[in-house]
Amino acid sequence: MKGVDMATDLLADGQSASGGTARSGPQTFLDVRDLRIHFPTDDGLVKAVDGLSFSLERGRTLGIVGESGSGKSVTSLGILGLHRQSRAKVSGEVWLDGEELIAASAERVRSLRGQRMSMIFQDPLTAMHPYFSVGAQIVEAYRVHHNVSKKVARQHAIDMLGRVGIPQPAKRVDDYPHQFSGGMRQRAMIAMALVNNPELLIADEPTTALDVTVQAQILDLIRDLQEEFQSAVIMITHDLGVVAELADDILVMYGGKSVEYGAAETIFRRPEHPYAWGLLGSMPRVDREVRERLIPVKGTPPSLINLPSGCAFHPRCPYEGRNGIPCRTQVPTLAEGSDHGVACHIPPADRQRIFSEDIAPAL
Amino acid sequence: MASSTQTERTATRPATDNLLEVSGLEKHFPITRGAFVRRKVGAVHAVDGVDFSIRAGETLGVVGESGCGKSTTGRLVTRLLEPTGGKITFEGRDITHLSTGAMRDLRRDVQMIFQDPYSSLNPRHTVGTIVGAPLRVQKIPTPQGIKRAVQDLLELVGLNPEHYNRYPHEFSGGQRQRIGIARALALRPKLIVCDEPVSALDVSIQAQVVNLLDDLQRELNLTYMFIAHDLSVVKHISDRVAVMYLGKIVEIADRDALYATPFHPYTLALLSAVPVPDPARRDRAQRERVLLTGDVPSPIDPPSGCRFRTRCWKAQDKCAQEVPPLRELASGHRVACHFPVEEAERTPQGRMAAQQAAAEIPPDNTAEPAL
Repeated sequence: MKGVDMATDLLADGQSASGGTARSGPQTFLDVRDLRIHFPTDDGLVKAVDGLSFSLERGRTLGIVGESGSGKSVTSLGILGLHRQSRAKVSGEVWLDGEELIAASAERVRSLRGQRMSMIFQDPLTAMHPYFSVGAQIVEAYRVHHNVSKKVARQHAIDMLGRVGIPQPAKRVDDYPHQFSGGMRQRAMIAMALVNNPELLIADEPTTALDVTVQAQILDLIRDLQEEFQSAVIMITHDLGVVAELADDILVMYGGKSVEYGAAETIFRRPEHPYAWGLLGSMPRVDREVRERLIPVKGTPPSLINLPSGCAFHPRCPYEGRNGIPCRTQVPTLAEGSDHGVACHIPPADRQRIFSEDIAPAL
Repeated sequence: MASSTQTERTATRPATDNLLEVSGLEKHFPITRGAFVRRKVGAVHAVDGVDFSIRAGETLGVVGESGCGKSTTGRLVTRLLEPTGGKITFEGRDITHLSTGAMRDLRRDVQMIFQDPYSSLNPRHTVGTIVGAPLRVQKIPTPQGIKRAVQDLLELVGLNPEHYNRYPHEFSGGQRQRIGIARALALRPKLIVCDEPVSALDVSIQAQVVNLLDDLQRELNLTYMFIAHDLSVVKHISDRVAVMYLGKIVEIADRDALYATPFHPYTLALLSAVPVPDPARRDRAQRERVLLTGDVPSPIDPPSGCRFRTRCWKAQDKCAQEVPPLRELASGHRVACHFPVEEAERTPQGRMAAQQAAAEIPPDNTAEPAL
């Protein structure tokens, strides 16, 4: 079903990509292959992202989950080409609608950024310029990519603010970011990101700074707008509840690598990586009976300069070295091309048994 | 001073097991204008008439959105802030307006754990100095020396005692929070006010700290006032839970009763907004979610009557005129609402009706952040 239909689909609405690299890449909308982002520092090489691959179709949502320092935000900045070339060593391939971005010129990536792909940042107060009104910043984002008068762009900005649920947008458009409340600022940020109808939207912890009731509003908004624009969305968060609300697929990151990748249902129902078990066990839940104790992951996340040998998770893994598996020496790989990839040395049958017998009953 | 508190202590010590009693507690922060003559032009009603009590050995969870006054309440209880009005009684003794000197005794019994493990530890002091400070200030005799006492504390919270001479920046967020906990435990307090102790931590570390707090409570017979905005963590750790909205407690009850049968519309909306970590049930959760519109109104000029009425789908004329008192609707379950949630509204159909009603309320246009 996928192959031919998808290709014609993409060709049909992909005219805007003309002029870019020839369509030699994969047929999915966004395809990231073996992405590596390393930062040389005085203390050593920080391997923030180390061999990450995933793909995403239009209208679908990918949730990237991980703790601080797992490389999730660095990945999103890498896709948008926001790393300074002199500081970061970026390699691998990022295909956006048949066009490769890592090797593309900075100018080309700049013309795509904000237009075909854009980003919602975590903290809208620091992401917005305090000196310019909210409207002016949205107008700028629109006029960079559209040759229109200020008046037209301003009207567009007002429409957009109204669309994301800002009351009295014609009046609030001239307000400055500090005059907005936290939830409204995040809405304005979303308006700014969506002003050019991007096909790829990356949301980096979009609700972490917000209260639950506002979080619910914002998640609802992202969901509605995605349906309307049929954008592909990458949702980066540490909150498993938030990904469960939105994501179709989930990628679990640990130490710059993906350790488990599959459909959201699968990751929550039948997770197979011990780190994913740890995340689920750490999480208190409102929707269940209270457990006597949480089951945390022991230890702390590793330093990205000095990753543990073999599987980066092995010092924290309760199953390390079981039946002589080579956790300390060999880096486990994520099975390519399968529906459910798990980077773990424990044989799949064992993992499934451990989860259903030991882990699931305690969750 | 000393004699008056002495008589008061014997006279008013009630026969209850309440460690802390708070009644009518208020804190108004003045807003001033003018460069030479500062005149008061208004006040932020951060905490506006709060009543609750904490029994010895229990954990009272306090939840609410940012700006609802939960942290201010915690700081009033520890007397880091001076209350504008009301009364705080600790172990039967009125501590509402104790002088700084008289507070020093109290600090042995009431301690605090802060939210941000990065800014609450002095970066120029070693862990030993930080954790030992309360012992030195209070001149607590340490038979085997302060160093030994501090190392015992570090061990108690799961840190390596050999790290005595290290500085805060050498520790991860979770470890720093453990340092903060060790410092709070140094004086063997009876009550610890935990102000968002785990919200700055990663999920796996958060679980470690929550378990640590649990263990310490059991071992040392501690009483916690646990302030957090994360309803799941509060559900896990609390015995009783108070929900705050705009400076007032709107509902307070035993944990299970509050989460199973919320009576206040705000509690219902708050609980339904929590994301359910189960993709299979998300459609159902979204359909039954009561989504509030707009933002919390400004605490400078809170709405008349019930403060939640501007976002409430059940609000009627009475709500604008009368402040609802905190009434006991079930045993130990007190609610401040004229029209509490009924059983039918907790069913899926009832929730969907509430969702539609709530969505029709126009968002408050005047909502602007405090000055």
